[in-house]
Amino acid sequence: MTDPTTRTPTGPEESLRKYADALWSAAIAGDEYAATDAVLGALDAGVDPEAVLLDVVGAVQRKVGREWAANRISVAQEHTATAIDERVIGAVGHRVRTRPSRGRIAVACVDGEWHALPARLLAEVLRLRGFRVDYLGAQVPAPHLVEHLHRTAPEAVAISGSIATRLPTAHATITACRATGVPVIAGGAAFGSDGRYARLLGAEAWAPDARAAADRLAEGPLPRPENSTQAIDDLPHLADQEYTMVTRTAPQLVKAMYTGLELKLPVMARYSDQQRQHTAEDLDHIVQFLATSLYTGDDDLFGHFLRWTAEILEARSVPAAFLVPALELLGEELRDFPRATALLEGARAQFSASLVGTKESA
Amino acid sequence: MTEPEHATSAAVLEIDARIDTAPYPAVVADAAGIVQALNRAARTLLPDVRVGETLTATAPGWLAESHATLAADPTPGPSPGGAAQGWVDRRSLEGHPVRHDDGTVTWWLVDDTDTRLAREALRTEQARTAFLTEVSTALLGSLNLQRCMETTVTLATVNLCDAAIVMAPAGRGGRYPTVTAVRGGEVVHDVLDVDAEEVPGLAEALQGFPPVPSRWLDPMSVPEWLRPTGFGEVGSIVVTPLPGHGVPAGALILVRGAGAAEFSEEEEVVARLFATRAGVAMSAARMYDQQASITETLMRDLLPPTVHQLSGVEFAARYRAAQDGDRIGGDFYDVHPASEEDEESLVVLGDVCGKGLDAAVLTGKIRSTLHALLPLADDHLRMLRLLNGALLNTHDARFATLVLASVARDGAGVRLRLTCGGHPAPLVVRADGRVEEAPTRGTLIGAMPDVGATTAELTLGPGETCLMYTDGITEAKGGPFGDELFGEHRLHRALGECAGMPAEAVVERVQMLASQWLGRGAHDDMAVLAITAPRGQHLTAVGGHGRGRYTA
Repeated sequence: MTDPTTRTPTGPEESLRKYADALWSAAIAGDEYAATDAVLGALDAGVDPEAVLLDVVGAVQRKVGREWAANRISVAQEHTATAIDERVIGAVGHRVRTRPSRGRIAVACVDGEWHALPARLLAEVLRLRGFRVDYLGAQVPAPHLVEHLHRTAPEAVAISGSIATRLPTAHATITACRATGVPVIAGGAAFGSDGRYARLLGAEAWAPDARAAADRLAEGPLPRPENSTQAIDDLPHLADQEYTMVTRTAPQLVKAMYTGLELKLPVMARYSDQQRQHTAEDLDHIVQFLATSLYTGDDDLFGHFLRWTAEILEARSVPAAFLVPALELLGEELRDFPRATALLEGARAQFSASLVGTKESA
Repeated sequence: MTEPEHATSAAVLEIDARIDTAPYPAVVADAAGIVQALNRAARTLLPDVRVGETLTATAPGWLAESHATLAADPTPGPSPGGAAQGWVDRRSLEGHPVRHDDGTVTWWLVDDTDTRLAREALRTEQARTAFLTEVSTALLGSLNLQRCMETTVTLATVNLCDAAIVMAPAGRGGRYPTVTAVRGGEVVHDVLDVDAEEVPGLAEALQGFPPVPSRWLDPMSVPEWLRPTGFGEVGSIVVTPLPGHGVPAGALILVRGAGAAEFSEEEEVVARLFATRAGVAMSAARMYDQQASITETLMRDLLPPTVHQLSGVEFAARYRAAQDGDRIGGDFYDVHPASEEDEESLVVLGDVCGKGLDAAVLTGKIRSTLHALLPLADDHLRMLRLLNGALLNTHDARFATLVLASVARDGAGVRLRLTCGGHPAPLVVRADGRVEEAPTRGTLIGAMPDVGATTAELTLGPGETCLMYTDGITEAKGGPFGDELFGEHRLHRALGECAGMPAEAVVERVQMLASQWLGRGAHDDMAVLAITAPRGQHLTAVGGHGRGRYTA
């Protein structure tokens, strides 16, 4: 849920903010009718439909992400606001019809992705720009997507992903799409703020946000994929199998870390069931992110995750200090894996330093 | 050629007899390029070269030039620089120079015609293999007919010709879909309404019968519709049938411009191999498309329906099949809307034992049976009994569990009648976050001669939800430790956080938690369906026609 970069909206910013505020209050309260009124009001006032989608609905959705991270809204509010935004997008699409005048584009999320809204917004923006769009939604298993590509042969497929741990899956999907001869444009927080993972995983193009993606696709067709390489050629370091081993033994690693932490932190004995589950899930996340870093061969990914986790935990008044011993325990388990060991040691040193830093500044 | 014989024989006297009879031609020349001697083989090979004449005047140019270069080079040594190469008639020769102390040079000439031809053949063969491999890779990737046709014409114009046309067999209306590419230009799709008989061999190629060889056309007699737009004068044009393995795949037409060379024999061979690959790829794509259409038609009624808001009640559902490649499985749901605004809608959610296509076919039977029984929806138990009877009478030994829910708007709330047939009881999420199990029990369907069930009646207040689910959710195995069931306890706890949420948000939340719990683990079919009483001040407007009323 990191913010994609936003560009200057086309309408007067002031009024866009007014509509976004109205939509925010309605969405967070689950008031579909007030929400619809807000966006239809913007359309009636002559705001460009694309700006309504990206700078009103999109702005609200980005705020949902920020507020959730800061623990200022509940899970229920987050889901409610997203569901209302989804309905509102439908209302805009219903109101503004565009005749298709450009090529066909498939829009899908990486399998396992739950944040479908960015992809939905892109689909609607492309429709407004005159593309013929097949929106396949979230949770599209790669075989379904490939089948769709065989049947429709679109000009390009846009793949959206926000969860970095889905990058290995995204790689498989991108490779499968390209093998059918359909070029891929990737976007969303998962692919890095500079799109580095999109390039790494073989996508023909990357866009920081829906507007940029639509601009790129409107500019002209993406280059046809060259199929002389195989997936492993993108990531030769996978030959060491560390990713496979870590993924395969993830539950055992989490168990070992959990047991080790119980010995180190006596307070855990008094944890409630739910606290135990949360802790185990946090540890599982550490392992998943480590695995993803091993997959991409990019240490920054893991460091970034640790800093982000610390912020999320802090916002929920959970001390992030347990992360350091957790990393040490994981390092012991993985001492036979040189790449994982180096990665964990680097991350731990950097993270401990940042913890000291925050304490001093506080 | 009337020189006296003795002139040459005199020169031979100066050459060692052993060299004179050597099988390789040898020519000796001095620094000025004047021939000093030549052996027997050399005389046969180069009859113009005589002792006392210059190489420049009598020998092949390449030999004279190499000799001049060598003579100008003061570096001592027997054989500086490499060998010279050139042609004499149709033979390729390598000249190996040997420098002598007196400044003369002996050129030993070695015939390497065969090596050279073999090398060239190898290069051609390598290029051909690389091209055909590229063709295969590009064509094998796609099962889309249009894409295969595009790939075919594009590759043809890169490697074989200046313009290429693929004509597919006639579609509906007897017209021929065609794809054309001119080298360096864009691929153009068209549908031609023409008479293929105008072009010799084309009609047979398009029908795939009788078998015809590639056929050269007279460029002058080619009809206008076969000339690619924007293409200049046609030099040569060939029609090649695309073999389709039982189904016609169409024809490939290769065109070269007036300035270009005609097809060589080797190029024709490559073109035929290319056409074979393209034809196979296109017929595979066509068969895939046919199969996919059939599957789509047959599956249409088995796919989970799209569920949305109806008569002032929110419905939302999600489905995930056990095998990720499948869209269907043993779980099912349906929402049958009421015919009148204030009547009850009937919702069904169930689970047939087993997964995959076989289970899906049975869900189809159950869904149609229940659809037929809709007029009896007032009496859930009677419906279940009739369904039970119908299932017992099939050959399929499978049984099913299901929940029936009759749903009607009641003021600001929603009235529900719920009946379980051997299925997990629906859960009700109250406005304050309490989660209750609906008090309904019943036996499974399709196993025993008779069924019994109790019906629960309850009311949802604004923002409250009734969640129906299949055991794929609660039996999802995984979690951070990898071996725990998601379980009813976690489902209850998750639903406790869903108070006041819209129906789609509730199903999304439940499906998401269960999927995350699973991680990469295997799972059963998973279905969830939420019935929610809308909340908010606009509730009275649901029957109206305000601008806020729409369905997604």
